[in-house]
Amino acid sequence: MGLFSKIKEGLKKTKDVIAYKLNKLFTGGALDDDFYDELEYVLLSSDVGAATTERILEELRDVVDEKLIRTREKVKDELKQLLIDSLDENPLPEYEYPLIIMVSGVNGVGKTTAMGKLAKKFKKQGKNVLLVAADTFRAAAADQLTVWSERAGVRIVKQGEGADPGSVVFDALSSAKSKGNDVILIDTAGRLHNKKNLMDELGKISRIVDREMPDALYLNYIVLDATTGQNAISQVDVFNEAVDIDGIILTKLDGTAKGGVVFAISNELEVPVVYVGVGEEIDDLEDFDSKSFVDAIIE
Amino acid sequence: MGLFSGLSEKLNHVFSKMTARGKLTELEIKQAMREIRIALLEADVNFTVVKDFVAKVSEKAVGEQVLKSLTPGQQVIKIVNEELIALMGSSNSKLEVSPKPPTVIMLCGLQGAGKTTMCGKLSQHLIKQGKKPMLVACDIYRPAAINQLKVVGKSVNTEVFEKGTNKPAKTAVEAIKYAESKGYDTVIIDTAGRLHIDEALMDELREVKKAVSPTEILLTVDAMTGQDAVTVANSFNDQLDITGVILTKLDGDTRGGAALSIKAVTGKPIKFCGIGEKSGDLEPFYPDRMASRILGMGDVLTLIEKAQSAVSEEEMKKMEKKFREASFTLDDFLVQFENMKKMGSISDLIGMIPGMGNMKISEKDIDESRIERFKAIIRSMTKEEREKPDIIKSSRRKRIADGSGTTIQDVNQLLKQFEQTRELMKRMKNGSFKMGKGKNRFPF
Repeated sequence: MGLFSKIKEGLKKTKDVIAYKLNKLFTGGALDDDFYDELEYVLLSSDVGAATTERILEELRDVVDEKLIRTREKVKDELKQLLIDSLDENPLPEYEYPLIIMVSGVNGVGKTTAMGKLAKKFKKQGKNVLLVAADTFRAAAADQLTVWSERAGVRIVKQGEGADPGSVVFDALSSAKSKGNDVILIDTAGRLHNKKNLMDELGKISRIVDREMPDALYLNYIVLDATTGQNAISQVDVFNEAVDIDGIILTKLDGTAKGGVVFAISNELEVPVVYVGVGEEIDDLEDFDSKSFVDAIIE
Repeated sequence: MGLFSGLSEKLNHVFSKMTARGKLTELEIKQAMREIRIALLEADVNFTVVKDFVAKVSEKAVGEQVLKSLTPGQQVIKIVNEELIALMGSSNSKLEVSPKPPTVIMLCGLQGAGKTTMCGKLSQHLIKQGKKPMLVACDIYRPAAINQLKVVGKSVNTEVFEKGTNKPAKTAVEAIKYAESKGYDTVIIDTAGRLHIDEALMDELREVKKAVSPTEILLTVDAMTGQDAVTVANSFNDQLDITGVILTKLDGDTRGGAALSIKAVTGKPIKFCGIGEKSGDLEPFYPDRMASRILGMGDVLTLIEKAQSAVSEEEMKKMEKKFREASFTLDDFLVQFENMKKMGSISDLIGMIPGMGNMKISEKDIDESRIERFKAIIRSMTKEEREKPDIIKSSRRKRIADGSGTTIQDVNQLLKQFEQTRELMKRMKNGSFKMGKGKNRFPF
């Protein structure tokens, strides 16, 4: 690049900066505080949370200043990109078989339903799937999972209500080894994350899995209800302490809730969202796509 | 906890700054309101509700009344508290009873809110009041939902009426006839969880409502619900004209901002809270207590009420005296451990003790089996040791550990915990927790 073109380049930049600043001052305030308030409202009402919203908007303002962005549309695009990038930062687990997935979560988030759907998903890929009913606490939970196993056309291992979950898992793994299952999905009882002994039980199940099938890929997914607010952060945090959480299944996204709390989770706890539940049918479990997720929040 | 601490700790933080400073300037109020706004948002109170709330509180706080007051911090606490109570409804609402039995209660809500579990709790609650309830299974969609209700019904000795996957409205009508013939005075209808935007299923609920005209239509809402609580509550209310709300899973570390939001937008009372998974864990909703819990002032009233039903009044008085005099021995500590077991989850209780909202105690830190160990340790001490723990030096510690089948570390831990409790009581006695009568009244 010659000297002259360099100066020209430099001047152009200065011109851009001036134009940008003038625009900021005079164009009827396209990017005024009201506009940012609007964005703040969108994020807050999607459960992104006050602290995370503040952080994201600060980042956005920096990007806008740096890139000299002048239109609302472009700012929105930048915001979307920021959000998408923050979700894509945490890589998804790569599957190897045999694969064992244990799902956990608080009560009523949709673990059993997600399990049924996941079973169908793997079955469609030609895998030999085994469902394990380790929720021996909730009334009729094993019955519910049995219905799902029939719908998905996969085998299930269960014991009576009140049985020790560890022993159900132990049985299931022995059975899986002899029958050659390559995907084993363990459904656990819902537990509020502040009940220590129940959290310890998850650790115990994990140890059984590690001991019985040390060569299998073992993943822990937490199921989060998209309707949940900021408490989801502490749910993931505490479950993560009990068993290393490798991913999130975000359920009930077919309602009006947006599940924006996953930005904070992704940022603070570095756990990726793997699947989303979008309905009650057996095929209503999709691979997480950060772009369409963000599009649903910011139109 | 740090980042994840509840609204109560956050507000406490704001107020501790304010109370410490004496008179307030408008700027300080503005700052405090900003923190209240953030705290409320992080507690999942709806955005719009927060906006209104903060506006109202600021308006009141910035007035002369506060600035002229001798303790402005306390004034602001009072205003925030009053507004919180006003927002959540000002008194506890009981269940309506139909003049012509049976009283019909219909539960509705999103999937996983805890309707079926709540049916069992409600039934237990009614039985305790001398009623004869019956449950009706109208969730014909979720696999095994009817079975679940049957198991729940059995656990609380309540008959469950079901007609398989027949139309819910038809089943409900038949159920009521059946209840009349059997002399049941209350019928609780469990419905399928549904999204508020699922028109077909919302129609189904309207049909049930039309068929049996329930006395109570209660929306069951997960206390951990975020911003969407408002949308959900509004749609159910618009379509069914609900009579009240039940808040479930309030025993998580959530502060239940949803409670504030729902009341604010629907105007319908919150009638009960579900805390815990056992069928007995149902509490009436007291807005004033909830507000004071949110403020970290401790839900003293609930604590006393709970304690009274489990512990004799005399025992309470004795304990209260010891609390006040800070003449607390390891023997009392043992009694406390035992009473706590009777009263319910320890962590539930801790949240109710004034000032404890501030303490770094999260429920997951409390290990019930540790309590058992502690009890064993105290039982292995001599009377003298229990009264004067200071004399417990290393050889005694070893003997106690051996005697109770624990380790010296366990013994040390217990003694440390005891010391901390005693310290806490001394501080209460000195008035820093504003407990008791006379001068040490609550700041509002």
